[in-house]
Amino acid sequence: MKRIEKKFKELSELNEKALVGFVTAGDPDLGRSLAIATAMCRAGLDVLELGVPFSDPTADGPVIQRASSRSLAAGTTLGDVIELAARIRRQSDAPIILFSYYNPIFQYGLEAFYRDALAAGADGLLVVDLPPEESDEMTALWRGADFDLIRLVAPTTPAARMARIASSASGFLYLVSMTGVTGSDGLDVPAIARQADRLRAVSDIPVCVGFGISTPDDVAAVSAVADGVVIGSAFERMIEENIDSPDLPAMLAEMVHGYKAATQAKRP
Amino acid sequence: MTTESIDYGRLPDAAGHFGPFGGRYVAEILMPAILELEAAWTDITAKSAFQQELQSLLQAYAGRPTPVYPARRLSEQAGGAAIYLKREDLAHTGAHKINNTLGQGLLARWMGKQKLIAETGAGQHGVATATTAALFGMQCRIFMGREDIRRQAPNVRRMELLGAEVVPVDSGTATLKDAMNEAMRYWVTAVQDTFYVIGSVAGPHPYPAMVRDFQRVIGEEARRQMTTMAGRLPDLLVACVGGGSNAMGLFHAFLEDDVAMVGVEAAGCGIDSGKHAATLTTGTVGVLHGAKSYLLQDEGGQVTEAHSISAGLDYPGVGPEHALLKDLHRVRYAAVTDDQALAAFQALCRAEGIIPALESAHAVAFAMAEARRRPADDIILVNLSGRGDKDLGIVFDALPKKETRT
Repeated sequence: MKRIEKKFKELSELNEKALVGFVTAGDPDLGRSLAIATAMCRAGLDVLELGVPFSDPTADGPVIQRASSRSLAAGTTLGDVIELAARIRRQSDAPIILFSYYNPIFQYGLEAFYRDALAAGADGLLVVDLPPEESDEMTALWRGADFDLIRLVAPTTPAARMARIASSASGFLYLVSMTGVTGSDGLDVPAIARQADRLRAVSDIPVCVGFGISTPDDVAAVSAVADGVVIGSAFERMIEENIDSPDLPAMLAEMVHGYKAATQAKRP
Repeated sequence: MTTESIDYGRLPDAAGHFGPFGGRYVAEILMPAILELEAAWTDITAKSAFQQELQSLLQAYAGRPTPVYPARRLSEQAGGAAIYLKREDLAHTGAHKINNTLGQGLLARWMGKQKLIAETGAGQHGVATATTAALFGMQCRIFMGREDIRRQAPNVRRMELLGAEVVPVDSGTATLKDAMNEAMRYWVTAVQDTFYVIGSVAGPHPYPAMVRDFQRVIGEEARRQMTTMAGRLPDLLVACVGGGSNAMGLFHAFLEDDVAMVGVEAAGCGIDSGKHAATLTTGTVGVLHGAKSYLLQDEGGQVTEAHSISAGLDYPGVGPEHALLKDLHRVRYAAVTDDQALAAFQALCRAEGIIPALESAHAVAFAMAEARRRPADDIILVNLSGRGDKDLGIVFDALPKKETRT
């Protein structure tokens, strides 16, 4: 069984929801990024999303834009991110998803990316700006089905389109909580619940909700209506505000503890 | 693919691809809006009532048709072929951009959207969008890089006078690319009631085809005008290329004809300096702002900084149809430096009493050099895409330095 599928099955048996954590790889540099990511996995993160830095992150708010800029300033390439995934894999069995814009993968080479990411022990890929309409050129070059392609579903996605997206997704579906960029305010849990229900009506794979979730209370509320939550900007904000602190890995581990506890709350 | 087998009128395909280029590389939040726009563009722009309304606006409001002018003194100065100018600088707001903003603004109105947003580099597209918003009584928000706000200050004032809010963009290089990033970020938050007016033949499908179709009037008029004035089509068309909207607007109506075409990019401080915006001349294929095309980028796929004295050409991408026309060898792409553009700017001022936009001065510079290589009975038609009032500050800053050097 693939690592992501296995993780959701285990969580379901424990009656817990998944805590998916996003950090930009190479922020502030590769060494500290490794320490941060492994500390988060040890603290109970269920799925790690490693962000590949990009010069033009059009779906991201200012916090993740700045994280991406810091990583690029430190010289991080996609090859470095894949290597980072391999180093994390040696220390943790948590599923790892690479989260990228399309151009860095396109330049790396679509076949080479699949081969190298899989060999590094990564489990899946989410490409923000690659809708199903354009993704065949990439997946047609993938040899085998060992790698999950995580698809985005938005509040604006109509039902017929949801079914189409779900049919080509695996691992889990990433439901965007609001029309906005990462790190926005204005979480509307009843609206998320309605969209998650529509999505479950057309798909059996787990639904994780991201964008705008920043507190343990948010996590508890969204966990009640989904199979998992994705947190990104809140971690990145902590990294940015404590960028030179040697305690940064411990601070992020503490955040993970708090969020993870909120995914273990009983459903109302 | 051979050039002969291409039916240019049928490009792009149903999914927005121009051969291997174009497409819709956008986040899922925007996909429904892009699909809605595509359906509206297909259905509404085919209606004769829409076309009649657009035609009457283009004539009575924008001042179309713009003239074609035989630039005799400029041609004499160049020596050789006859240079004609398609006078888009005489369109309302001073550039070709109004053709497209009236088209998209009218489409927004037919779709029931009351808010327009746009990115702008030189400010010409921002001014044209703000103008259209004022004409239709719509709200308008223009995203503009901080660096461009500084160097194109008169256009910022114009947009504000027209009732638009100009939003400064500080991210990245604070130029056109970053303004487009920020406009896309804003659009995802306001996608239900907001129409994004893209100013170039770039972005996700249907923008490259839609903007081309709204700009195609330039070439359609020029074809008729050249036939009337010269009794034949020109031998060569020349237009500047940043994203490439004025060039596509001129070229498209001539693609099936035996007419040569050159798109002129900005070579900035020189191709070898690395400080340029010559995307088709030196770039590689990649994905930016929703489409696959040529890009200025590093080996890792990070988009690199463009440079041009002209803010409208200072863009590291280019429209996907240009990428195809390059690969098919149907259009040749050349590059002209800041200094060459400044010299052509001055030459056109003195020879003809026409102050061109610095963007258009790149096309003039190429045409003058090319005219020298051609016989006197050849005809070169240059798209004079805009007027230069907005550039006076930049030119005054640049010229004394040049004069002390020479």
